[in-house]
Amino acid sequence: MPQQLRAADVVVVGLGAAGGVAVLPLAQAGLDVVGLEAGTWLDRRDFAPDEIRNNVRDWPMLVKKAELERPTSRANAAQTANQIGSHPMMNAVGGTTLHYWAQSWRLNPWDFRVVSETARRYGRARIPAGSTVEDWPFGYEELEPWYDVVEREIGVSGQAGNLRGTIDPRGNKFEGRREREYPMPALRWTAFHDRMAEAARGLGWTPFPGPAAINTAEYGGRAGCGYHGYCNKGGCPLDAKNSTHLTTIPKALATGNLRVVTRAHVTTVQVDGEGRVTGVNYLVGNNEYFQPARVVLLASYTYENVRLLLLSQSDAYPNGLSNNHGQVGRHYFSHHQGGAVSALFPYDLKAWYGLPAQGVAVDEWADDNFDHSALDFIGGGNLWAMSDRRPIGAASMSTFGRARAWGSDWKRFIHENADRSHSFYIQKTTLPYEDNYLDLDPRVTDALGFPVIRITGEFKQNEQRVAAFVQDKAEEWYRAAGAIEVTRAGVGGAMGASTHAYGGTRMGDDPETNVVDRWGFSHESPNLGVLGASVMGTSGARNPTLTAQALAWRTAAHLAESWSSIAG
Amino acid sequence: MKRDQTVDPAAHAGLSRRDLLKVAGAAGAAALAPTALTASAAQPAAPVPLPVVPVARAAGPLMNLTAAETEILSAMVDRLIPSDELGPGALEAGALRFIDRALSEAESQSADAYRAGLAALDRYSRYSRGAAFAELPVRDQDSVLIDVQTGAATGAGTGFDGSSAGFFNMVRDHTWQGTFGDPQYGGNAGFIGWDLIRYPGVRLRVTDEEQRMLEAEELEPARRSAYDFGQFQTGRPAPSERGR
Repeated sequence: MPQQLRAADVVVVGLGAAGGVAVLPLAQAGLDVVGLEAGTWLDRRDFAPDEIRNNVRDWPMLVKKAELERPTSRANAAQTANQIGSHPMMNAVGGTTLHYWAQSWRLNPWDFRVVSETARRYGRARIPAGSTVEDWPFGYEELEPWYDVVEREIGVSGQAGNLRGTIDPRGNKFEGRREREYPMPALRWTAFHDRMAEAARGLGWTPFPGPAAINTAEYGGRAGCGYHGYCNKGGCPLDAKNSTHLTTIPKALATGNLRVVTRAHVTTVQVDGEGRVTGVNYLVGNNEYFQPARVVLLASYTYENVRLLLLSQSDAYPNGLSNNHGQVGRHYFSHHQGGAVSALFPYDLKAWYGLPAQGVAVDEWADDNFDHSALDFIGGGNLWAMSDRRPIGAASMSTFGRARAWGSDWKRFIHENADRSHSFYIQKTTLPYEDNYLDLDPRVTDALGFPVIRITGEFKQNEQRVAAFVQDKAEEWYRAAGAIEVTRAGVGGAMGASTHAYGGTRMGDDPETNVVDRWGFSHESPNLGVLGASVMGTSGARNPTLTAQALAWRTAAHLAESWSSIAG
Repeated sequence: MKRDQTVDPAAHAGLSRRDLLKVAGAAGAAALAPTALTASAAQPAAPVPLPVVPVARAAGPLMNLTAAETEILSAMVDRLIPSDELGPGALEAGALRFIDRALSEAESQSADAYRAGLAALDRYSRYSRGAAFAELPVRDQDSVLIDVQTGAATGAGTGFDGSSAGFFNMVRDHTWQGTFGDPQYGGNAGFIGWDLIRYPGVRLRVTDEEQRMLEAEELEPARRSAYDFGQFQTGRPAPSERGR
């Protein structure tokens, strides 16, 4: 029998990007909060600028829960799914915000209204066949105050493009109306970024710097970015990356209302006879505990949120918690970030000291920012010319067919060209489809014997057409900046596992097609909430983290305000 | 020690590769001083001569491979990133030491693949070129490695049981890591790898002025390991020091 612990008001499962944010408004409201985290605390002593440690080998996590429950993956239901080689997420207090790129975009208004806006402008028939996409239950305007509060609280640097309705061409003129500026100016540009921006302007586009949860000046008592070049999959040795382990979680702890339990491996969510959740079971080593709580918030990654629901079977929920409508795991998709476009330049980029959140964005070809009347797809891609260069990665660069990838010719090639290649990061509209989904793998289990998640997903025709279209724009931009070689990767097939995994517990008003309501609480079990990108029904063309955090804060604030009606 | 591009002195002088390695280790830096770069493109990189650093080609006895396996691996690594007129290569950078250490730690699961792959490489070399891999002239070593890289050296009994390309990519990846990774792991001796690709070194904070200097070719390389800062722990975090 598990050891019964003292009851809490709220238990939050996972203290990463979303759960790590939600604990703050809960603790500030005076609720008694327990945060269960599979990993441990890590700090800047662990964040060496060491490519072998961070990028080649496993990151120095003490706990590798995610690694032991790697999903299986297949393109479609006719195939047998194979377990992926490594899990894209990490276990630690702060979760993947410790070593993420920290790009902190708001979605554009169109992303909340894909169905109605497409129908209005082009006709309903333009929604791709088989897609289960819906409008969000609210528009961008509803989320704006929550974006704002998270940008201030964790600290986001950037350049506004639409400040209270006034367009500023230094920022993204396509963004939704912002009520306030970013709390810090954007990360700096190098000479190469200036050159790319100039080339974009020459094409009639509007280049601008992207937003990042990275300090560009002292903020929250922590230093500004040092541009050391090891930010991608590296923690920050200066504490300039605004991971939740440095921002919202310590602040919540300071209220005295948050207890953090590390190495807590949650196995199931328990329910009573009426289908209300009563708490969670977790293991620390071989010791099993039951943490009772009046409200449970699931805030692990998309794959684990879905898995915990499907594993938590009961009389009330024989097919998994909150799954009596068969929607858990549905409407899953991962962001189409493939179809890379790469270039070789005849000059050094001087890109050694920089980070993926630093760069030049072009949004002309994203979302519905351009006329799709004569095109055969909806959506688009954000073009991102970033900095990301480390020695081993640079030496491993494509030789663009100019040298065999070893030997003396290759030595000469990389001596000259190691700092002359570039790859755009192109995030593209990705839609949910009826035959892309998550479920429990029938064959593969974790170390405890529980099934792992099985990903069934492939990029469909609409996503592939978006990719091919934006590849043309990317090549045009590279050529305008003087590239001497440009190559393109394939436009997409199987999805595989991703750091941008959406859906599975989609948010919406209709319980027939959504797991959680517009506030993030289960349609079936009213004191169960879900946080993270698993509630998002569309991807937009930009990173999900800030949106997941704004939604998490909003769900937590709603819980605090509506405590008696939700907690019962 | 700088060798002709097509003629292997070992094949002519009757020396084994290991003898050559010993000689090179004793000879030290002078024999390896690089000559000026040969520019090969329309807009060549800034002609910064690679610095002369004390280097040794021999790794000493390896813990995880036999002397015979070491000889084959050494010859292969030497062709992947050769010592040539541009400067020292992977052997001088300590890639063998890096690989050996990795096989004891992070890459211990690859030890069998190394043993089997090196035996297969030698078997394929004898079968297809009539001599042990380490004894072949470099031109033939290169043509064998092309076969291995492309998967053409696959064939139980005469070459690789599995994909020869997998073995090639594994050794090349580790050679890159041992040449361009942080010196903490036993490779990149004298910052040979970082100089080769003109990496200006590990810094924790790069000011606007330093970025401008880098763009103006005025920034001196910072020759240090990440662990020279004294701030960072090696290996895994120490749990006893954690918690709040």
